[in-house]
Amino acid sequence: MASPDESAGRRLGLVLFWIYVALYAAFMGLVLFRPDLLSLRPFGGVNLAIASGMGLIAAAFGLALLSLVARPKR
Amino acid sequence: MLYESSPLAIAIFASFVVGVIGLSFYLGRKGQSAQAYYAAHGEVHWFVNGIAFAGDYLSAASFLGICGMIAFHGYDGFLYSIGFLAGWIVALFVIAEPIKALGRFTFADALDARFNSRGIKLAVAVSTLVVSVFYLIPQMVGAGDLIVPLLGLPHWAGVVLVGVAVTLIVVTAGMVSTTWVQFIKGSLLVFFCGVLAALILDRGLAVNAGHPGMESLEPQVRTVRPDGTVLVDGLPQSREHDLRPVGTILRLPDRYAGKTSTGPLRPLEYLGVLEDSSIVTWVPSKRVDEAGVHTTYTPVERQGVDLLKPGGYFKGLTTGKLADRLDFASLMLALFCGTASLPHILIRYYTVKDAAAARKSTVVGIAAIGAFYVLTLYLGLGAMTSGALDPTSSNMAAPLLAKSFSTTLFAIISAIAFTTVLGTVSGLIMAGSGAVAHDLVENVCGVRMTDHEKVRCGKFAAVGLGVVAMALGILFRSFNVSFLVGWAFNIAASANLPALVMLLFWPRTTKQGIIAAVTVGMAASLGWILLSADTYEKVYGWSREASVVPFSQPGLVTIPLGFFVLVAVSLLSPRSPAVPASPRRARGSR
Repeated sequence: MASPDESAGRRLGLVLFWIYVALYAAFMGLVLFRPDLLSLRPFGGVNLAIASGMGLIAAAFGLALLSLVARPKR
Repeated sequence: MLYESSPLAIAIFASFVVGVIGLSFYLGRKGQSAQAYYAAHGEVHWFVNGIAFAGDYLSAASFLGICGMIAFHGYDGFLYSIGFLAGWIVALFVIAEPIKALGRFTFADALDARFNSRGIKLAVAVSTLVVSVFYLIPQMVGAGDLIVPLLGLPHWAGVVLVGVAVTLIVVTAGMVSTTWVQFIKGSLLVFFCGVLAALILDRGLAVNAGHPGMESLEPQVRTVRPDGTVLVDGLPQSREHDLRPVGTILRLPDRYAGKTSTGPLRPLEYLGVLEDSSIVTWVPSKRVDEAGVHTTYTPVERQGVDLLKPGGYFKGLTTGKLADRLDFASLMLALFCGTASLPHILIRYYTVKDAAAARKSTVVGIAAIGAFYVLTLYLGLGAMTSGALDPTSSNMAAPLLAKSFSTTLFAIISAIAFTTVLGTVSGLIMAGSGAVAHDLVENVCGVRMTDHEKVRCGKFAAVGLGVVAMALGILFRSFNVSFLVGWAFNIAASANLPALVMLLFWPRTTKQGIIAAVTVGMAASLGWILLSADTYEKVYGWSREASVVPFSQPGLVTIPLGFFVLVAVSLLSPRSPAVPASPRRARGSR
């Protein structure tokens, strides 16, 4: 039987998982159906393809870190 | 192109191999229990384990393959990086904690924790072996391919060298030495990729890098005659008359008018400048006649903006054909789901002491692997514009990029490429060794063994797998094996993930459901792959149009099929009585 803290930690993990799934799916949706949008440069320097790809990698690390920091402590 | 062997590369690689084998013997002298051999006592520090995750996961396909793909095709190689890293989110948020809590030595332990079923152990052990072998073949063939140009030895020597070294590493101290080899390799790989990326940014971008004259942009023809001899532009290939290295910028953006070089650039600035530049890429076209196979490499001017968006390699993204899009979507789904289903990755969760350490080590792994994939973007683009690319081999992009800076760096990067193979193959042999000795011999066949016998059985299995790996590496030399890693991800995701996820989140899951899902997922994905257009063309040499499946990557169909089969069979079978003991029951009873 998992403790309340462990259960809360797992729930947090699943919430963060679905957030990342949404980001990943949105990115793949753009690649598959509107690749032309990825050539845009809304932030000046690099195009959306590079920015969103790097953003996904950064998001993976950010969410992973968040799961450690925000996890309920005993 | 012909390469000169580098004595420095040989010396660096030899010292690394001698060093890690010496370390393995030292660690092996400390005495071994089954817990030490299969799980490094479960006492590896989370940080070491995290970097070892990177060392385990970042195979030659990641290092050489992705750099080469970006160098030759632009952004699409980065899509692989994104997919490979995304899979770690599944590992961290869904798999890490339960697999640590449920398992002991192997993936089968975890899936079987609730049921104590021989059928599950058998199905999962077979799936582990199939996935591991599909992953092993490209690593071993790649080792041979690397050793030919870099060390000047024959292909089989590279395969045997890696096979013997890895078998010694695994046999001497099992998971303990494997962990340290992977830790060292992961650290070296990320560090030196960082060094290379820093040098690329410091050098900036230059027009016609490495090519003082525009005559170097004439097409080049390589002919392989029926007797195996090679001609370059009609004359015998030699060091004096060889293909010219390629990869140049033709024009920098207007803001650099009158300049031939940008000078040092910041990371994002580098990408922005490249996007506004014109770049020459080389397109191969093949012609076969009685004189041999002629490959013409023709320079094509491309705009940076076109190379830094999807569609350079995955042509289906721009042609708009539904089947091509589904093929791409299927690949990205397999990469997302496959990482957390690879047995050689999953067994690394048993080497840390608890669930918290499992989580922390995954976060460290994500940081190291994510950093590596960002660096590969710079390495690939740096190689694309370095004037050092071999038009015949994308796999040599990273070492040749290093050579454009210095021969010492070339030697180091070449040696790291070999260590990349060592780290990944040792993990695969460990996973296979556990599947044979712990799952098949001990649990399926019911052979009762003492702790010492379990270790000995694991070592015999490792030696056997090492021999098999060497044989396959030599046997498959002439096959195009680069896509086998993709197969391994697809099979792992289709066979293992549905069973693992449903076991964790659906209480109605039965042992019959798990056995059926693993078996059907494995058979369906393997069958689909064998009937796919890619296999028809690249393996059988048949027409792509003759294929009977609509697209090549099976994951989009076979992963949901695994879930469906598990649910259907579980609902049709009686509820499996749960095994009352804790998931670690095995530890106390043996």
